[in-house]
Amino acid sequence: MKKDEVPQDKSNLESANFKELCYAVDENGDYTTVNSSGWDPKTIALNKAIEEIKERVENARQRVLNNETSPIEYYMELHKMDLPILASYVGIWKWRVKRHFKPSIFNKLSNKTLEKYANVFDISIEQLKNIELHAD
Amino acid sequence: MQINFTHHQSAHCENGVISNLMKHHGFNVSEPMAFGIGSGLLFCYIPFLMVNHAPAFTYRALPGIIFKRFAKRVGIKIKREKFKNPQLAKARLDENLKNNNPVGLQVGVYNLVYFPDEYRFHFNAHNLVVYGKENDTYLISDPVMETVTTLTDKQLEKVRFAKGAFAPKGHIYYPIDFPKELNLEKAIIKGIKHTCRDMLAPMPVLGVKGIRHTAKLIRKWPKKKGVKKANHYLGQIVRMQEEIGTGGGGFRYIFAAFLQESSKVLNKPELSELSKEMTNIGDLWRDFAVDASRIYKNRSAKDDAYNNVASQLEVIADKEEVFFKKLKKAVK
Repeated sequence: MKKDEVPQDKSNLESANFKELCYAVDENGDYTTVNSSGWDPKTIALNKAIEEIKERVENARQRVLNNETSPIEYYMELHKMDLPILASYVGIWKWRVKRHFKPSIFNKLSNKTLEKYANVFDISIEQLKNIELHAD
Repeated sequence: MQINFTHHQSAHCENGVISNLMKHHGFNVSEPMAFGIGSGLLFCYIPFLMVNHAPAFTYRALPGIIFKRFAKRVGIKIKREKFKNPQLAKARLDENLKNNNPVGLQVGVYNLVYFPDEYRFHFNAHNLVVYGKENDTYLISDPVMETVTTLTDKQLEKVRFAKGAFAPKGHIYYPIDFPKELNLEKAIIKGIKHTCRDMLAPMPVLGVKGIRHTAKLIRKWPKKKGVKKANHYLGQIVRMQEEIGTGGGGFRYIFAAFLQESSKVLNKPELSELSKEMTNIGDLWRDFAVDASRIYKNRSAKDDAYNNVASQLEVIADKEEVFFKKLKKAVK
């Protein structure tokens, strides 16, 4: 990549007001560093990934409202987590976390367990029980 | 209290921390030098591991390993510690700052507040330097950022004790012992040899073979996984290749810069020629990203679009195979 080929496309970096560093060659063929404001192929990939997460969150929300899964799964998706990550944050085995996705089991959870989840998601127990109380 | 520490922006976090800490201790080591000597360049498809609901690919060595190899090869000693108890981790950090010693920390990105929201995923192998503390606020030099920043002690504890794959567990590290002079020549040769060995390894998921394996997977994805998943997976490959901290082209440009610098240190003009070749390979990686992005942008489901990018990867694999064989000979 030549120095003047370093992409300067609009990207999500703008919101945080920084540019990343790239390596490129100058007129004499020597390596130097140039700041880049972003590159479209990368921005598209990132935006797709975020879209995908939004879809997962919405899908989980619908299933909570239909009583097909517990709010834990919704909050997990909202925090971009998957099962292994959530399990390690709350310190509960994966198969038990998965069991807590069942509404019937979720409703019987002790306050102590609920609190563990609420702390990880940084919300109150009321919000954990009722996803409508959570303002995103 | 604030340590007199100079922040230099780098492309990749781990090399940046090495380079910045070395410069602080009076050794002028550039980012590409740290990357090359630490044998950072790689390609690996990691089977069975899913990241963000897609298969995992990496273009560089595992977190922590670059610094470990670098230290061994140039003859410095690093002190590393991990903690179960956040209080202890904090106490050790404060102790070092009091002794005027800037330290490297491994952190998770998800709760890193100064990152753009869109970049905050559960990725636990980010590195930064802490160079001071004012009341409850730590002074942070994050090598991928243009300038220095700060984190409160609560925020820092959260990122130091992030959970999930590669959990940092408060990982703190800093050099404690230096030789009188750095012997770069030997270290460079060792670094290059190691990279050649990795890239030419007879393992199906590693190096050149790993790239070919990935090309095969891409050909299968649309039929096996459906267009939606195939596009998501393809996006993941590009994101790993061009994420913040790669310097573009899946680290290939940083490696080319390393070869150019090494050719002067070792007085081997052939390395400078090979640097040019690596730059061209880096450009091919970028062309691949452009074409792949067209697929997931248009949601086009044409099979030959996938076959086309897969063929591009196979061309890259062939070129890299030739390249690393030449490089191996050049440092013999």
